[in-house]
Amino acid sequence: MANKKIEGIIAEFKNPAELIRAAEKLRDSEYTKFDCHSPFPIHGMDRAMGEKRSPLGWIVGIVAFLGLGAGVTLEWWTSTIDYPLVISGKPFFSYQAYGPVAFAVMVLSSAFVALAGMLILNKLPKFNHPVFHSDRFGKVTDDAFFVSIEANDPHFDQKKTIEFLKTLGGQHVELLETDEKNE
Amino acid sequence: MTKTSNRIQIAETPLITGNQTFSTITDKVSSITEQKTPRMWYVLFGAASSLALIMFSLIGYLIWEGVGVWGVQIPVGWGWAIVNFVFWVGIGHAGTLISAVLFLFRQKWRTSINRFAEAMTLFAVICALIFPGIHVGRIWVAYFMFPIPNSMGMWPNFRSPLLWDVFAVGTYFSVSLMFWYVGLIPDLASLRDRAKNKIRKIFFGIVSLGWRGGNRQWKHYELAYLLLAGLSTPLVLSVHSVVSTDFATSVIPGWHTTIFPPYFVAGAIFSGFAMVMTLALVARKIYGLEHLITLRHLENMNKIILVTGMMVGYAYSMEFFIAWYSGNAYEKFTFINRAFGQYAWAYWIMISCNVIIPQLFWSKKLRTSIPVMFVASIFVNIGMWFERFVITVTSLANDFLPSSWDYYQPTFVDIGTFMGSFGLFFALFLIFIRFLPLIAMSEVKGVLPQADPLYYGHNGDGKGEKHGK
Repeated sequence: MANKKIEGIIAEFKNPAELIRAAEKLRDSEYTKFDCHSPFPIHGMDRAMGEKRSPLGWIVGIVAFLGLGAGVTLEWWTSTIDYPLVISGKPFFSYQAYGPVAFAVMVLSSAFVALAGMLILNKLPKFNHPVFHSDRFGKVTDDAFFVSIEANDPHFDQKKTIEFLKTLGGQHVELLETDEKNE
Repeated sequence: MTKTSNRIQIAETPLITGNQTFSTITDKVSSITEQKTPRMWYVLFGAASSLALIMFSLIGYLIWEGVGVWGVQIPVGWGWAIVNFVFWVGIGHAGTLISAVLFLFRQKWRTSINRFAEAMTLFAVICALIFPGIHVGRIWVAYFMFPIPNSMGMWPNFRSPLLWDVFAVGTYFSVSLMFWYVGLIPDLASLRDRAKNKIRKIFFGIVSLGWRGGNRQWKHYELAYLLLAGLSTPLVLSVHSVVSTDFATSVIPGWHTTIFPPYFVAGAIFSGFAMVMTLALVARKIYGLEHLITLRHLENMNKIILVTGMMVGYAYSMEFFIAWYSGNAYEKFTFINRAFGQYAWAYWIMISCNVIIPQLFWSKKLRTSIPVMFVASIFVNIGMWFERFVITVTSLANDFLPSSWDYYQPTFVDIGTFMGSFGLFFALFLIFIRFLPLIAMSEVKGVLPQADPLYYGHNGDGKGEKHGK
């Protein structure tokens, strides 16, 4: 238990307004590896933290087109190339009738990518994270608001950062530590 | 009082009543899953699962004996199984409308009801999928429905509406499940953080995926939620449109009409809202959620029931008009036969339940009365089942050739399987409300006035600009 490694600092804030103000100050002081934890998404937080828009929309948009193409390709190849069958005298490539299935394949593949992409971008599932070492942090899914700063932030300085968080109104400022051997 | 009090008087009715704070919401919703299981739950679950068991036994009997154990015959080759399928798929649509369409339209009132409406969608679609699944006759070759490479080198017929159904409903189920799960993640994390015993800690720890509620996570999360809502929205329209093409692309009188897709979609939303209403009223009463699912939510749903009921009524009359206006003798006969023929009783049950009963909701007093809306919602569900019965059976029983006409009657296997599907539906629903948060806590917190940073003003003292609301 002797070798403890500092992973970061966590501070609690009273309400969403204080959290936003803290985020703005941290952004202006050029901290980059910090996060603001809240029980629900807070409107305006992205700008306060200087966050860019999530790229997920582009990813899902591209997949939607690929899915649509895959659906049409499947229908075209199976009904005209691999096993052409005359059904009610319709042409082999009856594109009018191919709409619903191609559409379904598009929606299904994009929805799957929206879910998987969200998890990958968020690096989830991740069951072990330094913030969970704080006993108070469990309240974040209830009614508490936290700022966490990671120790590998270039501006991180144990003493100064703690002081800074306190001046912003942070309460219960805590060091997040892990045992070296757990690494 | 001051100026602020004037603003209170003209403000809207609040969404959530009873001076809730963030933690009272967490507490209220989470404690349902944490307290000891009420005895009533066991009674209801026992009854529901017994019914479901009857259904599964009857399905076993059906597979053993063949579809001859049902009442289907010639000319009525599609009986209760298709009626039930359309009925259950339709129910699901309200859940998607609430979770996706109302989300895109920023209807904040949806947050109190979307979770269990989505759960209802999933369970209704499960019930729906059973019926065509067991109707295929040779169930061991049911995989023919999917484009799986096989030794015969054959593929499904992509020109067939029945195959479109497989894709449409399969996609609908998968997308609804993913949407529902994404919505659940923050709430599962709430349950994880409240968990007292080890099993709950481990279980909710795993299913909440290590959610930390950081804004860097919320950012992607919110966009994923928006995208899933955007992807589910066309499904509200497309799934039941595809289901209606099962009928509309055939040449049977009474089926071969272009009004079917919008007519089916309106009916689906109509019946689905009625089912959400029934379930919401029961859940609200049992668990004392009157402050979260308020009269305003219920009234809004009743308005939607009224609107969609009118659309359905319009479709009924338009069908009649077109039957006459088309000058087609078979078409004309089919509709007169629906209203006055051997299934007239079913037709008038449908009209009474779907067109007449919702008219009660024009009155503010009636649409805000709990007993009235409860009874009306049940009638609407009955009526919508009969709508599908009327469409399916009357057109087939009296088709082109009078010599082949017959009177279709269900057997006990038909009836038992349908009743059993209700058992399955309610058993799944009971499991859901017992073990998972039935109200989307993180979303409800987000619509509270204190969730808005502007609420706190410049001093963080709760005296901000928006305080009056």
